[in-house]
Amino acid sequence: MKKTLFSFSPRRFASVVVKEFIQMRRDRMTFAMMVGIPVLQLVIFGYAINSNPKFLPTVIVEAGQSNFTRAIVSAMKNSEYFSIVKEAESEDEAEKIMKRAEAQFVISFPPDFSRELAKGKRPQLLIQADAADPSAVSYALSAFEGIVNSALAKELKGPLAAIGVKNGPVDIRLHRCFNPEIRTQVNVVPGLLGVILTMTMVFITSLAVTREKERGTMETLLATPVKPLEVMTGKIIPYMIVGYIQITLVLGLAKYLFNISFAGSISLLFFVAFFFIAANLAVGVTISTLAKNQLQAVQMSVFFFLPSILLSGFMFPFRGMPFWAQCIGSMLPLTHFLEIVRGIILRGAGLGDFYRHGIFIVAFLFGIILIGLFRYRQTLD
Amino acid sequence: MGSVNDNKYVIDVRNVRKSFGPKLVVNNIAIQVKRGEIYGFLGPNGSGKTTFIRMLCGLLTPDHAEGTCLGLDVLKQQDLIKPRVGYMTQKFSLYEDLTVLENLKLIAGLYGISDARNVINGITEKTGFSGREKQLAGTLSGGWKQRLALAACLVHSPELLLLDEPTAGVDPKARRDFWEELHKLASEGISALVSTHYMDEAERCHRLAYIAYGNLLARGTIREVIEEAGLHTWRVEGANLSILAEKLRKCDGIEQTIVFGNSLHVTGRDKQRLENAIKPYLNESGFSWMETGSGIEDVFIYLTEKKATDNFK
Repeated sequence: MKKTLFSFSPRRFASVVVKEFIQMRRDRMTFAMMVGIPVLQLVIFGYAINSNPKFLPTVIVEAGQSNFTRAIVSAMKNSEYFSIVKEAESEDEAEKIMKRAEAQFVISFPPDFSRELAKGKRPQLLIQADAADPSAVSYALSAFEGIVNSALAKELKGPLAAIGVKNGPVDIRLHRCFNPEIRTQVNVVPGLLGVILTMTMVFITSLAVTREKERGTMETLLATPVKPLEVMTGKIIPYMIVGYIQITLVLGLAKYLFNISFAGSISLLFFVAFFFIAANLAVGVTISTLAKNQLQAVQMSVFFFLPSILLSGFMFPFRGMPFWAQCIGSMLPLTHFLEIVRGIILRGAGLGDFYRHGIFIVAFLFGIILIGLFRYRQTLD
Repeated sequence: MGSVNDNKYVIDVRNVRKSFGPKLVVNNIAIQVKRGEIYGFLGPNGSGKTTFIRMLCGLLTPDHAEGTCLGLDVLKQQDLIKPRVGYMTQKFSLYEDLTVLENLKLIAGLYGISDARNVINGITEKTGFSGREKQLAGTLSGGWKQRLALAACLVHSPELLLLDEPTAGVDPKARRDFWEELHKLASEGISALVSTHYMDEAERCHRLAYIAYGNLLARGTIREVIEEAGLHTWRVEGANLSILAEKLRKCDGIEQTIVFGNSLHVTGRDKQRLENAIKPYLNESGFSWMETGSGIEDVFIYLTEKKATDNFK
């Protein structure tokens, strides 16, 4: 026994090596994936990921402009952390924008801000941050006070020079919305819901048609009068149920294990999830019509899954990514689903707040089903 | 050639052609199968049998084809042909992780059978699956798998069976049972096109076609095929037949020699030249010579070899 375990013939060994090389060369797809996946990872990690996001959309609520407020706003722009997207009329309006996740910050100047400042009364300056993803806002927030103080220092000259020397000229109030305790779980756990669905749904169904091809059962199916749409939808439906079991599980754990409270409607989340699950299943089925065998199906799924997890805003702040990466990210259903899930769970968003993301997912679903139907071969040609 | 709508034929096709890339796999084949007939489709591996059958049941698109299957146009009416044909694949292709019953129910559903329960009960009884319905298809032995595949073909009461090497890898008893079942079905009016490369099964068919390298080389009843080939065969028994065969093969007038266990078949096209060729060996001790009729196997091997050499010319 021992002897056979350690005996080694260079000739036998070489034969195995040669055979492996031949097979590797024949399976072009696997080889391409082995080269393609590292390149993809390198590009995404190297270029797309930026944990110090800049140009974050900011809304200003300003009552009465003055040199002081103008100086602060322009200093914020110059810092590159903030990009002023809108000047809101009221706090209410600003709040709605934040709920739609269209702004990361709301900066509110109280009505008599400039007068109080000039009197040296340290007026309040409120900065509200969408802290659902704490890492997205932390750099900007820590820079904020310095930006305000240095901007005002230039304006407070002559008789006003003494103002704020001790405590700073303004009383900066920071309000972290949606995640006041700055817990990472609050952001990650709802995000995981989308990631888990993407992973399992795409993988499971991508194997579905390829398995039939490999086992030869596809020939039986094709010989019967069954139609492509019947096969595709028939394969998707059972996994929809699996998807819903996963959602229930993740939400249950989020609530009872991670103490995440749900700000919005869970039934709305279940409704939207239908289209998201279906979209992922359709991706899987479509992959399996393209792949020649189960290994290729798995590799293609990885090729879809990897950008989904890296560019959707799940792992790294979406707003920190360069424009091209955001463009790719916007083509992935997970990106939009994450916006919806975080919107519902953390911000209490309603259908009206994220309908655009919903429309994308539905459009994606139908697009993919169309490709799948087109690719589905009714013959063995 | 019968008219297109001639009801006598369940398959009446001609000029059926298919190539994969540069390789011509089926070259202008024409066959006619009568209603209630078991039609054998013989030929060596890779001769195009599977491709031809797959084209008939719509799994492959022919490059060119004319004619009808069950009176329907083979190219344009595939959707109408499919529900009336039962196709049995060469490799077992039902679901191994489903039970016998679950497989049959699935097939019944795919064909839209309304009283599936009664139909399936009838079929499991007829094919001897009563009591085994709950067994996983993957755990069935080769013979039973084949029987299940046939049962699955019959669920939708097809008028025509297309069976692609149904008896490959099955033991002799199961093969015999299978052919008996097939003849019973034929007597009920169900026609069958059966491909095989077992020569003995040729004799169980009403008529047959022989193809090699994508070409139809002979067709008709066994007797017609043998007569048409016009071969003459002697049988030799004795020791060291392969050495004798080696010598004979070079002789003028001998087309081929085939070793069958303890005997050797020596075949030629011209009776006189064949006899001249073997004369020197006739009285050699240790051999006993006898003139026999050519068998179907002699004919098929002759046709295949001849076609191969023609191809290289």
